[in-house]
Amino acid sequence: MTEYQNIFTQVQVEGPAEWGMDNENDLASERIVTPGFSRLVGWVGNAQLGPIYLGWTGMISLATGALAIFIIGLNMLAQVGWSIPEFLRQGFWLALEPPSPEYGLTIPPLDDGGWYIIASLFLLVAVCTWWLRTYLLAEQHKMGKHVAWAFASAIWLFLVLGLFRPILMGSWSEAVPYGIFPHLDWTTAFSIRYGNLYYNPFHCLSIVFLYGSVLLFAMHGATILAVSRFGGDRELEQIVDRGTASERAALFWRWTMGFNATMEGIHRWAWWFAVLTPITGGIGILLTGTVVDNWFIWAQEHHFAPMYDGSYGYEAYGTYEAFIGRE
Amino acid sequence: MFKWFDKWTRENPVDIERPAILVGVAGAAVLAAVSVVALGQPFKTDSLQTGPRGNGMSVPEFVSDLAVPDPAIAELFDDSPYVPEEGEELAGDIYQNVQVLGELTDANFNRLMAAMTRWVAPEQGCAYCHGDGDLETYGEDNLYTKVVARRMIEMTRNINENWDGHVNANKTVGVTCMTCHRGQNVPSDIWFKMGEVNMAAAGWSAVQNRVTPLTSYTSLPTDALEKYLLDGDLIGVHDLESRVAARPGDEGVPTIQDAERTYALMNYVANALGVNCTFCHNTRAFYDGGQVTPQWATESLGIQMVLELNNDYLVPLAEVLPEDRLGPVAGDAPKAACRTCHKGYQQPLQGTNVIADWPELATSEAPDYGQ
Repeated sequence: MTEYQNIFTQVQVEGPAEWGMDNENDLASERIVTPGFSRLVGWVGNAQLGPIYLGWTGMISLATGALAIFIIGLNMLAQVGWSIPEFLRQGFWLALEPPSPEYGLTIPPLDDGGWYIIASLFLLVAVCTWWLRTYLLAEQHKMGKHVAWAFASAIWLFLVLGLFRPILMGSWSEAVPYGIFPHLDWTTAFSIRYGNLYYNPFHCLSIVFLYGSVLLFAMHGATILAVSRFGGDRELEQIVDRGTASERAALFWRWTMGFNATMEGIHRWAWWFAVLTPITGGIGILLTGTVVDNWFIWAQEHHFAPMYDGSYGYEAYGTYEAFIGRE
Repeated sequence: MFKWFDKWTRENPVDIERPAILVGVAGAAVLAAVSVVALGQPFKTDSLQTGPRGNGMSVPEFVSDLAVPDPAIAELFDDSPYVPEEGEELAGDIYQNVQVLGELTDANFNRLMAAMTRWVAPEQGCAYCHGDGDLETYGEDNLYTKVVARRMIEMTRNINENWDGHVNANKTVGVTCMTCHRGQNVPSDIWFKMGEVNMAAAGWSAVQNRVTPLTSYTSLPTDALEKYLLDGDLIGVHDLESRVAARPGDEGVPTIQDAERTYALMNYVANALGVNCTFCHNTRAFYDGGQVTPQWATESLGIQMVLELNNDYLVPLAEVLPEDRLGPVAGDAPKAACRTCHKGYQQPLQGTNVIADWPELATSEAPDYGQ
């Protein structure tokens, strides 16, 4: 029984390294790194590591991405006087901040957001070429572009936060700082500044899809693991050639909640929930400060933030003296 | 040596691990359950309700913390005033250069002087302000400590007299030197300007993202107390309509950075009082005066009070203070804020009435001895 209740993969197949397709696109000639095997990696995924396709998109993406990280890291290091111990001690507090508000959309001095703009530009190139990589690789494999479009939905939110919304607001100072705690401070301040983001309906939708994704992922993963002894792990074959694994999984859910997805449908559910999380979230961010400046008041105007009826019940609150036992 | 044991074990294989784990886990669970029931839950909490039922507005505390009173309360002492008699000679007539307490009788004057020594300079004694000379020299203003003390008496009287709405919001408690000083020459939890904490950057980047006690160890802006409790900048950052025409960077338009600074101040206040946001606010609409708690009004008065104390009383003292009493970065005078009095409690000294014995400090006019 305990065989099934394991956080690690139970079966590791190890044979001659798999090189993949080598068709008219010269796929194999562009692969680098001689494949190797790792038992450790095999516990959580495929034991084979490599080969990898870099291509021009991968090269540009890695180079610009590394530049962005270096600019951010060296700025942080400069902020603590090039002291490695201080860098480690205050690492979570440090940040590369966007320009101060007075610079608007102009190019600010290097030490007041200039480096931020440069790092952001490199990060933008890195992310976009990595997206192109997912698209081109899918094309070479004659696959659908589902991964690329899903990644694009995440890039949409990234662009809204760092590019579209700052431009609409007329100031780069609206962008998110690059730092661990500082970007969390930004998130809180953003919500507070615009009158509580929880009353932004697109924020609500984004949360629904985020938590929904988590729920769907858990349900689907559990279902497939539960029927893998009947061949349920061969999900794609089961889409068109339904076997006892699909039957049992379907019956389980139908009898549990009256409805069940199919082997194909569950993947469409999961894809759309995941993709809609950043799409709706991005819309919500884009509307904040541009179209709506106080979400709580907006919610009251649209009758979904209720007002209290006035019965505050102060008499039941109790006194400070009673609370600290000095009555 | 124990061959018989090994042999017996070999011949009688018994799975001992599974039952051992089972018994161990079950036994530990039973033991834990019994001890919680018998000895009580060590992390029990109690909470003070601060808002309407069902919206989670409350200030929680560990019961074990609530059981321990503020240790500073034990250092307070009773010292009843002497009711002046008709025609009694006043301190101003007896002593030289008595500028603020001259209307006190000799007995009350010396009673207060002795108390101030205990509150502010228990180790140095009278000499801390009056120097090592004879009694005849006590009228001199040679030491900065005496000049500062005189101003602080005026400040204390101002707080008790004019900031009644904050200090005595719940009941009469008043303030004395002890409220801040607690037996120290310089009160704890004073603050100085920090200047630019990040030398490698300018603008907003220069005044945030540092581990400092004044920001309660957050990465929020480090100049919150300076801007709001000294310069009197606007704390609110909200628009009061769902849509307004304004751009960040325009004059008077609060930015996200301003919101971070406001958050830094609020964080400071919450830590200084040992409370959370819902002590004053309904967090669904921080700005809405129609949804705040009664404490919010008390707190707003407190902010105005601190602004006055800093600007009218404390900052001007920079002229008389020696260099080692000034701020390490900007060379500014030490300043007060919430924590200077509150020291982590909702009410300083947990709401103990400290003014009852000191009518001389309660007013700038003739003290009321209840005659």
